[in-house]
Amino acid sequence: MTNFAQNSRAVHTPGQDDAGTCFNIQDVNLYYGSFHALKDIHMDIPARQVTALIGPSGCGKSTLLKSLNRMNDLIPGCRITGKVELFGEDIYAPQTEVNLLRKRVGMVFQKPNPFPMSIYDNIAYGPRTHGVRSKVKLDAIVEHSLRKAALWDEVKDNLKKSAMAISGGQQQRLCIARCFAVQPDVILMDEPTSALDPISTSKIEDLVLEMKNEYTIVIVTHNMQQAARISDLTSFFLLGEMIEMGNTDSLFSNPTDKRTENYITGRFG
Amino acid sequence: MRSHFDEQLHKLNEEMIRMGSMIEHAIEQAGILMASRDAEHARTVIAADVEVDRKEREIETLCLRLILMQQPVARDLRLVSSALKMITDMERIGDQAADIAEIISMPVKGQRYVYPELLQQMGPAAGTMVNRAVDAFVKRDVDLAHEVIESDDVVDALFNDVKKELLQTMKKHSEFGMQLLDALMIAKYLERIGDHACNIAEWVEYAVTGTYKGDKL
Amino acid sequence: MSETGATTPAVDITVPTRPSMHLGSRFLKALCWAAGFVTIGVLLLIIAYILVNGLPEFFSRDEQGTLHFKASLFALKYNSRNLSMLPAILNTLTMTALSLLISVPLGVGGGIYLAEYAKPGSKLVKIIRVTAETLAGIPSIIYALFGMLVFVVTLQMGISMLSGALTLGTMTLPLILRQTEESLLSVPMSYREGSYGLGAGKLRTTVRIVLPVAMPGILAAVLLSIGRISGETAALIFTSGTGTGIAGINDSGRTLAVHLFKLQEEGRAVGASFAVAVVLLIIVVLMNALSSYIAKRLTKKG
Repeated sequence: MTNFAQNSRAVHTPGQDDAGTCFNIQDVNLYYGSFHALKDIHMDIPARQVTALIGPSGCGKSTLLKSLNRMNDLIPGCRITGKVELFGEDIYAPQTEVNLLRKRVGMVFQKPNPFPMSIYDNIAYGPRTHGVRSKVKLDAIVEHSLRKAALWDEVKDNLKKSAMAISGGQQQRLCIARCFAVQPDVILMDEPTSALDPISTSKIEDLVLEMKNEYTIVIVTHNMQQAARISDLTSFFLLGEMIEMGNTDSLFSNPTDKRTENYITGRFG
Repeated sequence: MRSHFDEQLHKLNEEMIRMGSMIEHAIEQAGILMASRDAEHARTVIAADVEVDRKEREIETLCLRLILMQQPVARDLRLVSSALKMITDMERIGDQAADIAEIISMPVKGQRYVYPELLQQMGPAAGTMVNRAVDAFVKRDVDLAHEVIESDDVVDALFNDVKKELLQTMKKHSEFGMQLLDALMIAKYLERIGDHACNIAEWVEYAVTGTYKGDKL
Repeated sequence: MSETGATTPAVDITVPTRPSMHLGSRFLKALCWAAGFVTIGVLLLIIAYILVNGLPEFFSRDEQGTLHFKASLFALKYNSRNLSMLPAILNTLTMTALSLLISVPLGVGGGIYLAEYAKPGSKLVKIIRVTAETLAGIPSIIYALFGMLVFVVTLQMGISMLSGALTLGTMTLPLILRQTEESLLSVPMSYREGSYGLGAGKLRTTVRIVLPVAMPGILAAVLLSIGRISGETAALIFTSGTGTGIAGINDSGRTLAVHLFKLQEEGRAVGASFAVAVVLLIIVVLMNALSSYIAKRLTKKG
């Protein structure tokens, strides 16, 4: 079913050639009550690459994303079987501390969701949660994170300003900076630009391309062009199944599965 | 779903077939001219090449508009991009047929040199390649495309034989000098037409399978 | 390829273009305006009536006809001649503070439990919700009866400020509980997700992110409770009584509302009761202002 192994030799990121496997997903099944949302998912998500999950609404791609940092724990009636390993550690093992897992695997949501507090406090919230108290250290983390998110120059004179008062695109970059602040290994992005205008979108996309030098990125997107622009690997989901995963170029120019072809060419159904 | 897009792709297909039949016709006429040496007829063939050029521009515009507005992917992308490449070859085929006609339309001083049988054979041979390449595109037939690519050797061999024969003739009949060079030019044009037909066939293979000259693009 | 299926239907489906201010909407607009004016009008009428009748009571004329402020109205000790309302004012403040001290921690805590910790849709949550709603609708005289029997008699607290505060605390608890729960539930899930996503736990998420956002709603409930406490008479007459002095926790003491009621009841000083009404009005306005100020400070700080 997957032609990942066959295609992966063509994936080439200069300098980061073999960062290994970040997520190893084996035989994952997920249920919302009696609804079977993910069916026998097997996939490897390579480290320091951008992996895009595409597919029609309700195909399970967001569900899979949420299961990677156990955000699905918050959904009542959600049950998961199988194994998800993060760099070899089973994240569903009983001894796993969910809060530490989520520190390692950050998340950016569909709608920018800054906390209703100042820009500074938004960024400092994560580090404070994990015990950073020193003002000097917090200042440094805030500046570093905002710089990395290409937001520093826009907000450096207004750090005390409410995060609700900046534009949607800036809010989303603030949310990305908020992730950076807790120094994760992985950043999950759930349709991060679907609420943004084209200019804000391309800023986020540029950011994603830079981020992959340091982080593993898994992004859910409905925008096929976006997946083609920024991802190294693309994985297509349909009705809870992973249909095909491969190198983004080859998946978009020559998909193996007829269903993938129909979906990406817009002749779905 | 995407019915407007499908309509446009259908139109692209039809235009490609139309352009294909235009160049098929041009080569056929060039073959006839080699036997008849009718200067008047040759001039109509030269004039017809303008139509081929216009068709190339039309298809080019259609392809670029499709890319701009529909952002095709997968098989749609392959179809549009290979069409863009194919029309360049098709246009060159049209040009070369016109070039052949132009050589034939030139007035001849002195005795007329009759083109050797082998050269006369090259016309239909190259013509068949173009025919089948266009056919392969219309039918999305990869096997036929492969046959076209293989049959290029036949045309190449014919070209070499013609070249040898012309050299022999040149040694015996130096009075045909200029006409012999013209004949060599015609042979070269036909050989090039075969190459262009090959290119077309290769793009047909890419459009259908995503493989171009043995590599995944 | 999909069929467009845009056949001409048998029925006439043309949509008429009519002016946006046709008769119907004009009428409705007028109705809305009227309702608004009536509401404001009634409020202004009440305030004006109270002020016109009450304000003169604060002043007296001497033989020369000059106006004097009746400081005796605010004497430390009440007697039937000066009709001082100072003890009642202080008792009102004490009663409000004591009652809130009981209902706010319990109500807010319970609300947090219901909204954040209890399993959504569980039996217990449903029962608590129905109970709270029923309690909120019970007339205050029932609370009076309950307070008198439980606190005054059974628990032997006697007629005292404490009994009154416990009764009023019980009475305002459901209001604060339900309102807290509602406010917490209306906080967008995305804030919680953002916080959990950074590795924050439930407690931190609730206290640092969710509560500050829900604060205005919770304070609105506190405000309403203040209104009910300072206006309550029935529940207090039987529990904290009508003592006229500045009451300690274990003493009987009358709040302004009870004071007003007693003055009216005794029928001796109808004028003075209007003065009490003015003060009660001012106190309620001041308390409202104070709580919204606190609310603003709290939400800004976050």
